[in-house]
Amino acid sequence: MSEAIQERAVDVEDPILVVDNVTLRFGGVTSLADVSLRQGRGEILAVIGPNGAGKTSLFNSISGVYRPQEGAITFNDPDGRATSVIGRSPNRVTRLGVARTFQNIRLFNALTAVENVKIGVESRQRTGPVGAMLRLPYARREDRESDDRAFELLSFVGLQARANALAASLAYGEQRRLEIARALATRPQLLLLDEPAAGTNPVEKRDLEALIRRINTEMNVSVLLIEHDMRLVMSIASRVVVLNFGRVIAAGTPAEVQRTPAVVEAYLGTAAAEGDGDAASG
Amino acid sequence: MCLTHNFWSFLVIGLSNGFLYALIALGYTLVYGVLQLINFAHSEVFMSGAFGGLFVLNKVIGNGTPHGAASVGYVILGIIAGGFVGGLVAFLLERVAYRPLRRRNAPKLAYLISAIGASYFMFNLAGKEFGRNSVDIASPYTNGTVFTFLGAHVQTDYLVVAGVAIGMLVFLDRLVARTRLGQGIRAVAQDADTASLLGVDINRVISQTFIIGGVLGGAAGFLFGLQSGVIYSMGTVPGIKAFTAAVLGGIGNIRGAVIGGLVLGVVESLSVSCINASWTDVIAFGILVVVLLVRPTGILGERLGRSA
Amino acid sequence: MTAPAATRDPGSAWARYRDNKDLQRLAICLVVGAIVALMTGKSGTVTAPTSGITGTFKSSSAYVWIGIFVALWLLLTVRDRYLQSVQSATHVLTTNRDRVLAITPVKWGIYAAGLVVAIALPHFVNNFWQEVLVGQIAPYVLLAVGLNVVVGFAGLLDLGYIAFYAVGAYSAAYWTGSLPAHPPFTVNPFWAFPLAIAAAMLAGVILGAPTLRLRGDYLAIVTLGFGEIIQIVANNLTSVTGGAQGITKAVPSFSVHAGGLHYVWPLELLPGNHYRWYYLILALIVVVLTAFHLLENSRVGRAWMAIREDEVAAEAVGINPLKYKVLAFAIGASTSGVAGVFFASKNGTFTPPDFAFQASILILVLVIFGGMGSLPGAVIGAAVLQWLPQALRSHIEQQDLYIYYGALLIVMMIFRPQGLIPSRRRAREIRMAEHGVGSADAMAQPGGAP
Repeated sequence: MSEAIQERAVDVEDPILVVDNVTLRFGGVTSLADVSLRQGRGEILAVIGPNGAGKTSLFNSISGVYRPQEGAITFNDPDGRATSVIGRSPNRVTRLGVARTFQNIRLFNALTAVENVKIGVESRQRTGPVGAMLRLPYARREDRESDDRAFELLSFVGLQARANALAASLAYGEQRRLEIARALATRPQLLLLDEPAAGTNPVEKRDLEALIRRINTEMNVSVLLIEHDMRLVMSIASRVVVLNFGRVIAAGTPAEVQRTPAVVEAYLGTAAAEGDGDAASG
Repeated sequence: MCLTHNFWSFLVIGLSNGFLYALIALGYTLVYGVLQLINFAHSEVFMSGAFGGLFVLNKVIGNGTPHGAASVGYVILGIIAGGFVGGLVAFLLERVAYRPLRRRNAPKLAYLISAIGASYFMFNLAGKEFGRNSVDIASPYTNGTVFTFLGAHVQTDYLVVAGVAIGMLVFLDRLVARTRLGQGIRAVAQDADTASLLGVDINRVISQTFIIGGVLGGAAGFLFGLQSGVIYSMGTVPGIKAFTAAVLGGIGNIRGAVIGGLVLGVVESLSVSCINASWTDVIAFGILVVVLLVRPTGILGERLGRSA
Repeated sequence: MTAPAATRDPGSAWARYRDNKDLQRLAICLVVGAIVALMTGKSGTVTAPTSGITGTFKSSSAYVWIGIFVALWLLLTVRDRYLQSVQSATHVLTTNRDRVLAITPVKWGIYAAGLVVAIALPHFVNNFWQEVLVGQIAPYVLLAVGLNVVVGFAGLLDLGYIAFYAVGAYSAAYWTGSLPAHPPFTVNPFWAFPLAIAAAMLAGVILGAPTLRLRGDYLAIVTLGFGEIIQIVANNLTSVTGGAQGITKAVPSFSVHAGGLHYVWPLELLPGNHYRWYYLILALIVVVLTAFHLLENSRVGRAWMAIREDEVAAEAVGINPLKYKVLAFAIGASTSGVAGVFFASKNGTFTPPDFAFQASILILVLVIFGGMGSLPGAVIGAAVLQWLPQALRSHIEQQDLYIYYGALLIVMMIFRPQGLIPSRRRAREIRMAEHGVGSADAMAQPGGAP
């Protein structure tokens, strides 16, 4: 049965991300066990599973924070060049074209919204200390460009009115969007979103849905999404991979996965509760 | 000849110094365990213990030359005086320089800066109040060779140091392993938040940790002063060396501090036969850098020290 | 923290003390007053160690100090009673002040005025003060500005900053042929400058590359050790540095021979020549300040801010923390090197004790006092703190200074960690850290949530 599941998880043409038999251990605890999946270019792939299933560990492995002991993670850019991600430091992974947000939002709190996004834009620029201290033409140009691009991105996520507000003073939903804007500023081809809907109210969730779709279609960014909100997942994900105890237990379209017995069993009540909760508040 | 010349002599001296470093290192390691803070000012706790022992012994012994049982008594008195002053200074240090910062949830950098400030404040004040020249402690015993071991002269000094150190270490071990206080220290060192949720009085544990470290450091100061005299600036160099020892053994790890101290003392001592003596202090620093870069967890320690 | 009141004997004196905040504050004020009395009082000697303490409390000035602190206690207690009115009054004042200062032309106007004052100053003071300006104040302003980049902008605690100063000085001596070790070719003093700066920068990179990966407190210890040994190394490498006696021959005075301009700075020792050197260092300071101001508001400055705020997030956004930390270190080191060259060519000769470790701590005190991360703060803080000891030189012994510096560090951390003239951003960061948001420095444990 697991071969069939593995098949489903990796049955993808033109994969942008290839995760091959990745195993991640911390001392005695195995966080990810022989996990394989592929994400197609341009697809929105959701990773779901109960708490502790290893979803964020997977993200951390892809983004370079953790180094899996076994397996391979490869990123394929549009020209067909495949680059291994394992062993790269997080900032180099971002430069490759893989950006991420964090489960508990990590913004630069004492900086304004636009400054947060500018920092993201500037990751692709060249201005160094010499250019800055001498105010060379290219430095001034890049500064203007980063300003412009930052405002563009803030508008894209709907935060243009709050551009000069301190990140810490933003509402929760606004902070999530700011973090997404900052991640987009690094011009990624693949965006990892870690529970973007956590803690948001139904209105914000709907806006988030729309935003993720626009990111996918207007900016041509593939999205890999960790989420607990099944409605959101069902609505925007084209495929779903389910993790439990560090293993892939199901993969396929959202409808297929919802019906899989192993998945229902894994959640055992959590899914029902989520469903009820959403129905009540939605 | 490097390392072969007078090997056993240097080894014996190295062990003796190593015990001193171990005693001081424990102060660093204990505080680091509960607060994740390098208590820069611990070197001044060490120095204050030396002054404590100095004043008491000079008053009590005066110009006498004690022997036998009286010697033992005076040594114990000196240890108590040194330990008491060290513990007191450590306690005050925590209250004045660190607790106010904890109360206002200051960023980590603030603790370090405050520690440096406390260190400079104390040692310069000591210099002002007690003069800037070295003073000898009235000797509680006559120092001589007690026995020779493979050509090495084992002095009374070394035996006293070793004896006191071992005694205090055993006591500390019992304290940490068997008492409620020790339990508290271990709990807070592992996870302060959970410990407080379980009813451990964090402030008290921290205070007591400082005091214990201070007693050990102060006693070490007295012993050090017995051998090398007491001066306001005596804390700086042994302080860094003891910190190196703590890191070498694994910061936060009590056994590690002891092992680190002994290793450092021996390595340092043996190096004198290889290189010019004025470079000895650089050895400790070199070891520190190497350990931090290559194996920041130290010989025994847990995963600490790296940025990620 | 303490047992509930019901289980204690409410009548006991200790219990009453414990509950009464005012009494506690009074006790603290009394103790602090006593300590200040000790600090400013008589010194002890080795043979009569307690004579300092007894001497202090026999003299009336001790009680004046205690009296001052009791008065302070009264003031604080009264303020607490009438907290509201006082707070709102000061709040209005500070908000208006901030609003005015935020207007860019006003800010630059103040800077321009400051510059004018700085330029005119030597002509209005006597010879002693001119010497102080050139030897004590201006160089330390430069050093504070340099360290501010490392500590304030990048959030790295460097406790061995004086080491780069030494590298600058010895390099200048080396390249002008003033050391026992001879360079492949000697240069005239003007070119010693860039060469020495390059040496200092290189030293910064060499020291920084391996050590800046370490956590903040470990970095501090390593830099502290480095600062300590620089004096030992200078002393021991006699064949290279001239050892304890200092360099072999005097470093030639700074001179400019470029594009038709020929000028040799005269010997500083002779009165009347101080201000020529003063203008040289003032020019250096202005150049450095301008460069750092531009740096602060650039891509590099923002990267430093990001690293300081949240290193993990900074990495996730494509910033390589090590690269930027080494950069800050190198820039700070070069600035220190510049000051070192200036010192070498002005004084002509120097010895290892000139690079005593505690100068590193002094520079740190200047930066902290002025305001970490704040360029105006570094300038004003350094100027004020270097001026005070000279102004009070008949009341305070030179060797007691570090008592005050140490106490100042503690006091600053407890009462005003943002410094005298805080950078607005830094003040915000500290406020937020205190409320549990973010960590305000590059020292917190980064932890990716597993």
